[in-house]
Amino acid sequence: MRHDNLLSAGQLSREDIEAVLDRAAEVAADPGRVAERQAGRLLALCFFEPSTRTKMSFDTAIKRLGGDTVDMGTVESSSVKKGESLADTVRVIEGYADGIVLRHPSEGAAKLASEFVDVPVVNAGDGAGQHPSQTLLDLYTMRENAGLDDLTVGIMGDLKYGRTVHSLAEALTNFDARMHFVSPESLKLPRGVQFDLHEAGARLREHTDLEAVLPDLDVLYVTRIQRERFPDENEYQQVAGEYRIDADTLDRARDDFTVMHPLPRVDEIAPDVDPTEQAAYFEQAHNGVPVRMALLDELLGGDDGGAGR
Amino acid sequence: MSEHELRVAKIRNGTVIDHVTAGQALNVLAVLGIDGDGGLGVSIGMNVPSDKLGTKDVVKVEGRELSQGEVDIISLLAPEATVNIVREYEVVEKNRVERPARVVGLLSCPNHNCITNADEPVDSAFAVVDDGVRCEYCGEIVREGIGDHLAVD
Ligand SMILES: [Zn+2]
Repeated sequence: MRHDNLLSAGQLSREDIEAVLDRAAEVAADPGRVAERQAGRLLALCFFEPSTRTKMSFDTAIKRLGGDTVDMGTVESSSVKKGESLADTVRVIEGYADGIVLRHPSEGAAKLASEFVDVPVVNAGDGAGQHPSQTLLDLYTMRENAGLDDLTVGIMGDLKYGRTVHSLAEALTNFDARMHFVSPESLKLPRGVQFDLHEAGARLREHTDLEAVLPDLDVLYVTRIQRERFPDENEYQQVAGEYRIDADTLDRARDDFTVMHPLPRVDEIAPDVDPTEQAAYFEQAHNGVPVRMALLDELLGGDDGGAGR
Repeated sequence: MSEHELRVAKIRNGTVIDHVTAGQALNVLAVLGIDGDGGLGVSIGMNVPSDKLGTKDVVKVEGRELSQGEVDIISLLAPEATVNIVREYEVVEKNRVERPARVVGLLSCPNHNCITNADEPVDSAFAVVDDGVRCEYCGEIVREGIGDHLAVD
């Protein structure tokens, strides 16, 4: 992958993606072989929004490569609270670490950060923008379960604010994939993402109801519809109820159907789906570590034991 | 001919922006940062009959020439506009506006959650796409009403 940063899924070619996924498969098969790859390297974890799993996943990944992390901590306890700009924060942190993993509530934050520092920046979620490292582990899981060729993918839930959805959809345009987007009218894909998908020649359709497309799907990627997107509790309950799946849903799908979810879920996937063969979301979460190991290894480069970049 | 018409018709030194999309004259003035306080002589024709456009707006500014950035934004508001430079009542230069590839620091992003709207030391940057502009930071697309997003104080 010839990139200095990972800011959005749109920057990734099919070759870039396959290189990371292949590397991740090697890492998963024999983690011991890369246990010292990033020895001496420090990765800064800058999470301006609460996150447990993404942060832990990056933390685990760099440590399994022999590196370590420095953690900005919570925003409440940092100088950000005192009004420091993101540009200043990352310029200071650049001096402590060999790479920066950034989660931030504003769209475009990672791009901005990358313009102020020379170390690699990984976008670990920018507002309702992008979450490209999640996409790599999503694709890894999809490839393991369904393959990435001649694939029909349903993406359901909050497509408007769902950054994992935006990144995944853009990345899937590199593959032979048909996309069905299923959401309430008010949470359809934003114009900017639609624009990119059309530019990339994506084959996509939008639906407000899952049932009609369910039998065609190889994979269903479910996302959470958040309460705060709706002004009214009743409206939320009604809408959220329509985009929930359970074991009965699986009966109406293909036998080799795969259910994915970026987690955390609330109740959009009923617990009776968990023990089924179709449920891939915990495996998906576990894949985050080898995939992020492969990604960080690519971005941080070389096996020179951390002696400069 | 009334004095008013005479005044619209001629300026001595300055710029005439002609063939402005009808309804955009005030936005053109906003792009130029002209609010009447600066003492510049300004004439505006709105919804003037035009062979080419049906109706058009015309903006004439005494004693002022335009920067490239200003011309770039005008090209987005009024793709058919012509910019005429006038010296001693004569048009000495006449240029059609051309759409730039990108505009930097001239528009503000309509997405309130965009990092360029936070208090960060960066200029906004928009790529010019087929039918509008697109924020290079958050991806927001602006098609209609570009004039509502001018980054002017
Ligand atoms: Zn923006």
